[in-house]
Amino acid sequence: MSEKLIETKMINKSFHDPITIPILKDISFSIDKGEFVSIIGKSGCGKSTLLYILSTMDTDYEGELYINNQLITGLKERELARIRNEKIGFVFQFHYLLNEFNVLKNVMLPGIKLGKYSLKEIKDRATEKLIILGIEDQALKMPNQLSGGQKQRVAIARALINDPQIIMGDEPTGNLDIKNTEIVFDIFQELTTKFNQTLLIVTHDIEFANRTNRIIEMEDGRILTK
Amino acid sequence: MNQKLIIDIAKSLLLARWRQTLVAAVGVTFSIMMFIALLGFMTGLNDLLDGLILNRTAHVRIFKEVKPNPFQPADNQNEIGYNFVNSIKPSGNGLSLDNTAAILSALKNDSRVLGVSPKVTAQVFYNVGNVDVTGVINGIDVEAESKLFHFKDYVLDGNYLDLKNVPNSIILGKAAAEKMLANIGDVVQVTTPKGDRQMLKVVGFFQSGLQELDKVQSYCSLSTTQKLLGKPVNYITDMSVKLLDLTLAPKVAKEYSALFDTDTEDIQTANSQFETGSSVRSIISYAVGITLLIVAGFGIYNILNMMIYEKMDTIAILKATGFSGRDVKLIFTTIATSIGLFGGMFGLLFGFLLSSVIDQIPFNTAALPTIKTYPINYNIKYYVIGIIFSLITTYLAGLFPAQKASKIDPVDIIRGK
Ligand SMILES: Nc1ncnc2c1ncn2[C@@H]1O[C@H](COP(=O)(O)OP(=O)(O)OP(=O)(O)O)[C@@H](O)[C@H]1O
Ligand SMILES: [Mg+2]
Repeated sequence: MSEKLIETKMINKSFHDPITIPILKDISFSIDKGEFVSIIGKSGCGKSTLLYILSTMDTDYEGELYINNQLITGLKERELARIRNEKIGFVFQFHYLLNEFNVLKNVMLPGIKLGKYSLKEIKDRATEKLIILGIEDQALKMPNQLSGGQKQRVAIARALINDPQIIMGDEPTGNLDIKNTEIVFDIFQELTTKFNQTLLIVTHDIEFANRTNRIIEMEDGRILTK
Repeated sequence: MNQKLIIDIAKSLLLARWRQTLVAAVGVTFSIMMFIALLGFMTGLNDLLDGLILNRTAHVRIFKEVKPNPFQPADNQNEIGYNFVNSIKPSGNGLSLDNTAAILSALKNDSRVLGVSPKVTAQVFYNVGNVDVTGVINGIDVEAESKLFHFKDYVLDGNYLDLKNVPNSIILGKAAAEKMLANIGDVVQVTTPKGDRQMLKVVGFFQSGLQELDKVQSYCSLSTTQKLLGKPVNYITDMSVKLLDLTLAPKVAKEYSALFDTDTEDIQTANSQFETGSSVRSIISYAVGITLLIVAGFGIYNILNMMIYEKMDTIAILKATGFSGRDVKLIFTTIATSIGLFGGMFGLLFGFLLSSVIDQIPFNTAALPTIKTYPINYNIKYYVIGIIFSLITTYLAGLFPAQKASKIDPVDIIRGK
């Protein structure tokens, strides 16, 4: 018995600069809990655009978005921020760590923001996540002292800190070499199998995509296969 | 939790840019320092100048104007109709207040009154060789006049109490004494308008700071003056009343006028101009202080704008990981106000130090014998106003950049990579 985690109904989006061009056309699909889904498609077909909408950061679209059967479309900025904090973890192509804080603090920040656990518990949880990603020995370093692959793993640890319902990634391995890509993929794999983590990853890497549960292929702003 | 987190993030952003932060804070420190020093100095000066007037002016003066009696004997004959009497002249015992003992005891029992200093004024000529110089002798109750109107502060040489203790003594106006070549211990001769002569021993010099006044004014004890005029001990021409609350003066003056059937004058009417000068000086100080703060505010505005430009990625990731626009705005206003708080506190400290330095600078003026250095007002009020001003200006300076930061769309930033 599968449960829908994310569902979209007829999402359309256009950019109006300089002329109106439709980018996403009638996107209707859903992701179940525990699924490891990848999105592939040609450059410029709208993958990132879709991901930004699903992640609640982009609110300028038509149609409806549901997370946990709750209508997200039309919620206030603060409520969306809360949902991102609590339910969604992000990994971008670029790591986006905060250079003012050390690795551990970077991982902890979304947890402190959520305020569900005490500072001590958050610290323990962050260390736990770093252990899962095999970088607990880097905890007290500053982000600029890490390699690209290590940074990306810290970003994944940060995405995991609040035990999100779903982790979204926009080409999280795009900047990594084969070896590091392999490491990151194995981590994702482990997260789904071991922790039943739902994952939605945009990628250009067909190899990578083929090893996921389901591939969503996009072309020209539409979803081709289900 | 959230608040602590926001302060924590603000602090980290600040420390990452500590050099610029320092420049901004120094700007605030400088303006608050100048604000405090300037206001302390200006109000110190104000207090001094006000004191010149307030210290020595009666809150309510009770006296008798020389004027014709409105009730003429003819009115007794024809009480209802009109009586036409031409060329009425003043009469009676002239300047003396009636019933002085009763007035004094009434004043003593009035709880609003701090004290009363009775006075007798006598027109005299100082005899210098064969030249007569006009003058005025104020007969005073030395102790009351000292206690209420700081008489002793203006006595330059000699002991003011000698005026009471040495019979037939006089404290001469400084300029008058110079004219007469009189020294302490000398005996001068004065002549009353009625022709009586009196030898008086000089026991001190008086300097009011007003040259014209010091040329004519001298002081004797009440009894010496009464004797000089050949009047009894209840002869009093003037009573200077000091109240506990200065603002009651007009009301009390009116009341006494009716009660004692004499003329009265309150300090507000007598010196309506003195408040104008004070308020102008205060306005100047506030204007300069606020101008400096606004300049410092622009500095903070610039630095925050720059910081936000540099920290776009940080802002984007904070938002992507669940910080709301409001949180981001709070982070940047916290940065701004903490610059204001720390800069302002050092400003208060340095302002206090600068004030203390000004307070040490010698300031000697003939007009103010008791003042040796520049006057400074250390009123806590200006320090409170200073820190509040610095918080408000830095908050406002930070508000617009913070608003901008809170509106940053993380998608734009993330897409840009
Ligand atoms: N701010 C914008 N204004 C106008 N057009 C935009 C804007 N952002 C994206 N686009 C257009 O929208 C389309 C989809 O962009 P998107 O970033 O979603 O593509 P993508 O599938 O993620 O491509 P890639 O694989 O190269 O990352 C592109 O044609 C792009 O030019
Ligand atoms: Mg993309």
